Amino acid sequence: MSLTALIPLLLVQQAPAKTVDWDAEFGVEEEVRDPVTGELPVDPYDQSNTNAGAEPISGDRMAEQFGGQEGIRIIVNRMVDLSIEDPRIAAIFEGHDHVRLRRTLFEQFCYLLAAGCDYTGRDMESSHAGLGIRKPDMNALVENLQRAMRERGVPFGAQNRFLAKLAPMSRSVVTRK
Amino acid sequence: MKAPPLTALLASLTAIASSQAAAQGDETAAPPPPAEYNAKLLLTNGISAVDGASGGGIANWATIAGRQSDRGFGLQAHATFIALPDFAYQSQGVAIGIADRMELSYARQNFDTLDVGAALGIGQGYTLNQDVYGAKLRLAGDLVYGAPHMPQIAVGVQHKRNLDGAITAAVGAAHDTGTDFTFSATKLVLSRSLLLDATMRLTKANQNGLLGFGSVAGGGYSLQFEGAAAYQFSRRLVTGVEFRSKPDNLGLGEDDWFDLFAAYAVTRNLTLTAAYADLGSIATFEDQRGAFLQAQVAF
Ligand code: HEM
Repeated sequence: MSLTALIPLLLVQQAPAKTVDWDAEFGVEEEVRDPVTGELPVDPYDQSNTNAGAEPISGDRMAEQFGGQEGIRIIVNRMVDLSIEDPRIAAIFEGHDHVRLRRTLFEQFCYLLAAGCDYTGRDMESSHAGLGIRKPDMNALVENLQRAMRERGVPFGAQNRFLAKLAPMSRSVVTRK
Repeated sequence: MKAPPLTALLASLTAIASSQAAAQGDETAAPPPPAEYNAKLLLTNGISAVDGASGGGIANWATIAGRQSDRGFGLQAHATFIALPDFAYQSQGVAIGIADRMELSYARQNFDTLDVGAALGIGQGYTLNQDVYGAKLRLAGDLVYGAPHMPQIAVGVQHKRNLDGAITAAVGAAHDTGTDFTFSATKLVLSRSLLLDATMRLTKANQNGLLGFGSVAGGGYSLQFEGAAAYQFSRRLVTGVEFRSKPDNLGLGEDDWFDLFAAYAVTRNLTLTAAYADLGSIATFEDQRGAFLQAQVAF
């Protein structure tokens, strides 16, 4: 059909009524945040500390150097704040549940640093499947984490010891060449 | 010898890099492409070794030049100066990194014999020159990520063309050109903040090729070792030691090389290195120890 023939058809098309609930029409379920935690629901999964992707560091020296649970929470929140504003990687975080992300990341860091937490989040592979993360994205996140740790005065050697726990997880996180 | 038109080379390489940048706008699906430039963590492109390849100062590493991601093109250029008691060494070069997979490098080495030139009867301040063309391919592994015990592994080839064939023949070298083959493994051991490198080099070169290759008396290829161990004090500062073994094809008492270096990433694009280098005996002049200085820009 030629383009000009289409024009009258377009003109007689009726505009859809404004009142139509398209989510309902297409069966989209509305996600409701948990009134207590403020998190969106996720599909069920097996909870286990092994989902954290590494064994905790031994001893409590590292937890101290990170300022205990309070320091770790500040570092995680700062890292997330930096990352969701970072033009290099912000788009990857768009539309994801930052409330849950902050909680699970805190648990994971706290668990890995042996600061007295259990990790209740998903494993690294399923958390990052389909996000299309590449190595430069990983580098950007590492830089943001380094900055958050530096601002809290975590000694560089301790920063690296923690990064040594995370670096091998790139195999589950970086899925796109 | 006249210096090659390095500025022209640099200009055309920059043009290639920027046309590549323009070609990056093709991805429409989220997430948008990350910055393909300055995509590496600080210092992980290495400094520029005397042969022009990414590495330490005297040792070749498995690192790939340039700050590009695993897609873009990167560029690295350096100037190095080594002040020795009896000689002055100077080199400059460029290297392109392709997708953090391959590196192509070129370096021009100029070795000024100062007063030794007069003593040896080749002329006061006679300068030995050499061109080094290199290629390196990353085979496996990752400097920072992946399995902790799996280093980044690369193979390299360096074709060296000494431009003073009369001198290399006079000292008894068999050739004025030669090709080195390298095999390197390098890893940043994060848990200890240590960067470790081990490289095997198959070479005929006498004093890195500045005194030619092999010997008319029969010295051919030999397998040499070079390596580095460095401690990362901060994202920007790394200090360490390097070693490079060398053959003595000419029987002039050629020594292994050592250095003690500090590299500082002033910005993402500028790295300054200062080292104390011990190059041993050169052309029978003993104890050539001195300061190594390098400025490197990388994109
Ligand atoms: C080793 C590095 C990394 C670690 C340890 C890590 C850890 C985590 C954790 C614990 C979660 C939450 C899991 C859950 O909800 O149950 C998560 C989710 C997420 N991560 Fe990472 N991450 C890493 C790298 C990255 C990178 C490089 C990016 C992107 C630049 C990224 C983007 C995300 C996003 C968008 C989510 C939310 C996924 C969702 O809502 O389903 N992560 N990550």
